[in-house]
Amino acid sequence: MMTSLHGSKREWQRRATGKQLMIWAGWLIGVAIFVYCWRLISDKTIWMFVEDAPRQAADLAERMVPPKWSYMEQLWQPVWDTLNIATLGTAMAIIIAVPIAFCAARNTTPSRVFVRPIALFIIVSSRSINSLIWALMLVTIIGPGVLAGVIAIGLRSVGFCAKLLYEAIEEIDPAQVEAITATGASGAQKLTYGIVPQILPAFAGISVFRWDINIRESTVLGLVGAGGIGLQLDASISTLAWTQVSLILLVILATVILSEWVSARIRHAII
Amino acid sequence: MSTSRHWKRPPFIKNPTLRWGLMVCVVIYLALAFGTMEINWTRTSEGIDRGKKFLGAFFPPDFTSRWESIYEGIVESLWMTVTSTVVGIALSIPVGLGAARNLSIKPVYYFCRGVLAVSRTFPEIILAIFFVKLFGFGPFAGFLALSIGTIGFYGKLLAEDIEDMDPVQAEAVKATGAGWLQWLNYAVQPQVMPRMIGLGMYRLDINFRESAVVGIVGGGGIGATLLTSFDRYEFDSAAAILLIIIGIVMLVEYSSGYIRQWVQ
Repeated sequence: MMTSLHGSKREWQRRATGKQLMIWAGWLIGVAIFVYCWRLISDKTIWMFVEDAPRQAADLAERMVPPKWSYMEQLWQPVWDTLNIATLGTAMAIIIAVPIAFCAARNTTPSRVFVRPIALFIIVSSRSINSLIWALMLVTIIGPGVLAGVIAIGLRSVGFCAKLLYEAIEEIDPAQVEAITATGASGAQKLTYGIVPQILPAFAGISVFRWDINIRESTVLGLVGAGGIGLQLDASISTLAWTQVSLILLVILATVILSEWVSARIRHAII
Repeated sequence: MSTSRHWKRPPFIKNPTLRWGLMVCVVIYLALAFGTMEINWTRTSEGIDRGKKFLGAFFPPDFTSRWESIYEGIVESLWMTVTSTVVGIALSIPVGLGAARNLSIKPVYYFCRGVLAVSRTFPEIILAIFFVKLFGFGPFAGFLALSIGTIGFYGKLLAEDIEDMDPVQAEAVKATGAGWLQWLNYAVQPQVMPRMIGLGMYRLDINFRESAVVGIVGGGGIGATLLTSFDRYEFDSAAAILLIIIGIVMLVEYSSGYIRQWVQ
């Protein structure tokens, strides 16, 4: 709390003058960066199209209603595929993530110098590449289809699951592990009786949370040919079948809301 | 007492009917899922060769031959990341304030919650498809898609943070006779600020990762370059792009950790 002199009157000020100046300088730099970036984007934009956008949007909206409900018959299979991609992808991610998480956690890693950095690098690279890019890669490698989608979702989720899981492992209560060690338990026994019971609830929560995110992500994998409802979306948009597009969007909306509800219920039950 | 009595670990799910029921459900589901998936195994096994080639392309990746378009794409992605994060957060502040139950009145609350729910539901990439249709190709469409994604994410967390704040401090400031804006500035903002700066950095990270994919549908950024290099089977250029993306994400992650420590 600072005061400053204004004429003869002392006034309360929230921060010291130096700190206040620093914050202003920070704002100035931030605004300058923003304006610069904005200029570059605006140079690349054809503003005529942007001005035209409201009319286009109205036109598009008009073409999208009413949704073509009869198209629903052809959508059940893609929706099922989407659910499978998300579920099997999550399952695959968990199977891979568990050993990586144990290697990355400070208290369980076999070697802090060699194994832990490798595990952390795997986690970061899996997390930094979007599932759509994983899918793009896998479609060129193993061909289009549901399998590419499952693997893409799986590889993308490994980093997320392993990161949360290893944080959970690092936060366990060491006294319990010590107690198990005192009974003369071997390494594997310590793991199954000392560590696993402590992280199991967190583990279940993470899996369900990731499943929910994966449902959302697997709806768009079809755009690059990796199966699921995105394939239909892509096909409908390229044939300008806007009434089908609106139905697909409604289906995606319903699926996402439903999965969010399910995951919230399950997590509520676990925790 | 027989000597064969052993202690057994209590199971994770205590109710045996539920436990076995769940297991049976999982088995049935897996059978159904694998039964209905159409997997072309011959095509998949052919791919192993290509996969090896792709992995081989990482040693060494080719930064030079497409460097110009890679550089242009990365820079464009970075502009989009910065502008969309700034605009998205700026727009999400009023929405977030409106969506906090302890600040706003009922109609405003429901309206703002509705805005947040809608902007959160659709993945950025679907938004990008529509913005490309409306605003034409280029980074502007991607920028809009990312901004809306940011509003949904940041607004929701801001609203939840405000709802969780300590009401005593807020009341103390109100008791001094502060106006609504003063109250916001001196009671609410200092309480939510540290966490929100951290989340802003996290969103910057997310927006960069997302900006790499909106290009696939024409929304500007590195995605278009990446798509082209995959389509031409130029795996060594693709590997270079992926390594750059990983590098930038790691950089943002480390610096955000540093900034968060500095703020708190």
